Amino acid sequence: MAVYRVDRSDDNVLSLPAGVRPKPTLRQTLVKFAKDKPLGAFGGIIAVLLIIVAVLAPVIAPHDPVATDHNNVLASPSVNMLLGGDQIGRDVFSRLVYGARISLLVGILSVLFGVTIGLTVGLVSGYFGGIVDLGAQRVMDAVMAFPALILALSIMAVMGASIVNVIIALAAVFVPGAARTIRSQALSIKEMDYVLAARAIGSSDLRIMIRHMAPNLVATYIVLATISLGWAIVVEASLSFLGVGVPPSVPTWGGMLTGATKYVETAWWVAVFPGLAIAIVVFAWNLLGDALRDVLDPKLRGSN
Amino acid sequence: MNIYIIKRLILFIPTLLLVTIIVFALMRLIPGDPAYLRLIGADGDAEFTQEQLEALQAQLGTDRPLVQQYGLWVWDMLRGDLGLSMIHDTPIVDDIKKRLPVTLELTLLSLALATIIAVPLGVISAVMQDSPADYTSRIVAIAGVAMPNFWVAILIIIFLVNFFGWLPPLKYADLWQDPLTNLQQLVFPAIALGFYNMALIARVTRSAMLEVFREDYIRTARSKGLNERVVIVRHALKNASLPVLTISGWQIGRLLAGTVVIEKIFLVPGVGRLLIDSIFARDFTMIQAIVMLVATMVLLLNLIVDLMYGWLDPRIRYA
Repeated sequence: MAVYRVDRSDDNVLSLPAGVRPKPTLRQTLVKFAKDKPLGAFGGIIAVLLIIVAVLAPVIAPHDPVATDHNNVLASPSVNMLLGGDQIGRDVFSRLVYGARISLLVGILSVLFGVTIGLTVGLVSGYFGGIVDLGAQRVMDAVMAFPALILALSIMAVMGASIVNVIIALAAVFVPGAARTIRSQALSIKEMDYVLAARAIGSSDLRIMIRHMAPNLVATYIVLATISLGWAIVVEASLSFLGVGVPPSVPTWGGMLTGATKYVETAWWVAVFPGLAIAIVVFAWNLLGDALRDVLDPKLRGSN
Repeated sequence: MNIYIIKRLILFIPTLLLVTIIVFALMRLIPGDPAYLRLIGADGDAEFTQEQLEALQAQLGTDRPLVQQYGLWVWDMLRGDLGLSMIHDTPIVDDIKKRLPVTLELTLLSLALATIIAVPLGVISAVMQDSPADYTSRIVAIAGVAMPNFWVAILIIIFLVNFFGWLPPLKYADLWQDPLTNLQQLVFPAIALGFYNMALIARVTRSAMLEVFREDYIRTARSKGLNERVVIVRHALKNASLPVLTISGWQIGRLLAGTVVIEKIFLVPGVGRLLIDSIFARDFTMIQAIVMLVATMVLLLNLIVDLMYGWLDPRIRYA
């Protein structure tokens, strides 16, 4: 289906040529996406459900996620405690519901910061080329030498456990990959005629990058952010699991699994459900990310 | 090709230098003076005098300008001296020498296991495209990529404990003294560590095989009457192994990082556990040395994979 992109960034707003269908509505786009990519749509639905659960956590959770109850220490799943009780008698289900908030908050913010910084570095690096590019690429290579978890761990080791620090540590992880992908796109975009035209009418470098190149990188940005989110959730969970991420008092999926191996004989639910939640959510975001990549930006295939 | 090797080698050195700068800068972000932190002790209430503080600063070199500290640190590393642990006052090199072989063994074992399982899975998947076998292996692959390794580890332990009464050993046998026990002990951590890679390699093998199947030389091989098995193994798999190799190489960093989590769960005495223990002990010189070691290993392995890639596929001409 041919979709005509009308560039509204210029001063003259073009009218659609005769015979060209207007831009499809949001609903039409969603229906088409669901038809073409049923797995991606499935992932999208789970992702939306997760957001709803996170926002409505106080309504959905039947118990206080931090309230301990010595009668329910390692209680089996029951009507009262759907997924059982943990080692100090807190409701596993309520903690899972509240844990969704941290996973999403940390995931979304770190991905937004990381991918946006990556976009800036990649765009500037690709646009200017030369020594700027060479320098930026070497720095990105150097950061990439640190495996994600090691980089995040060392940042946490230095700065200490807190939600803000986890977001900073994870954002740092996403910068180099995003910068590299965006740079290669920027390299081809800057050769486009419209960039030449903009330069010919005397647009500044900054204006060309922001008004003409950045809008053409939006699709890549969305795909990168979606694909990175699943990863962010896993790394955040790993940090919390190790006890160096979000402070242990806050319910997180990774934190719930800390020490769970001690109860594997008597209370498997303590160890199974938080991990299952992580796996389902990451699975859903991966499906959505893959589908978005195929639809929005097929060139990215295989880049991750 | 030779120019490519030279270029790639030349790039290695500035990148490694930048890595040292990043590690050094990161470790200088620690709030507080390392000498002070050390004198005050783990409980934070030890008493000391100003003279003691200054003496320790002189001994650690933290009273010198930053540039000089950096230069000394890099120079010592080049000589194979990683300094002393801030907590135990023992040479870091000794700890690493003792623990690195365990981590390397675990990493290589998990990579080997992942490859041995994943490649046939991917090949079967590609050969029988869209069959139930293909769907099953694809679902395993997609699910495997979504499961965090520490959860896989916990699931393995749940399974083993409840059905076989197995528990992670408190002491690991030495590979050279008792190889059989050692492998027996490390095989479960290796599976947990490599599960993600198994899934990923299966996925990559499948798509690489499907791509190769469309090539002309496969049609030629088939039309000259070659046995299908020969076509698959000798012609298709050999060419499809390139992307698989690249992915395996890239994933080694991830595996090394994963040992932090896996070694903690399975109580493996490796570098990963040393890192997480050092983080809790606030042993910053140890953290610095391990992070530097891991980054250097990743850079070296990436270099090797890149060079192998060019050697394996003569079609590749690097500009």
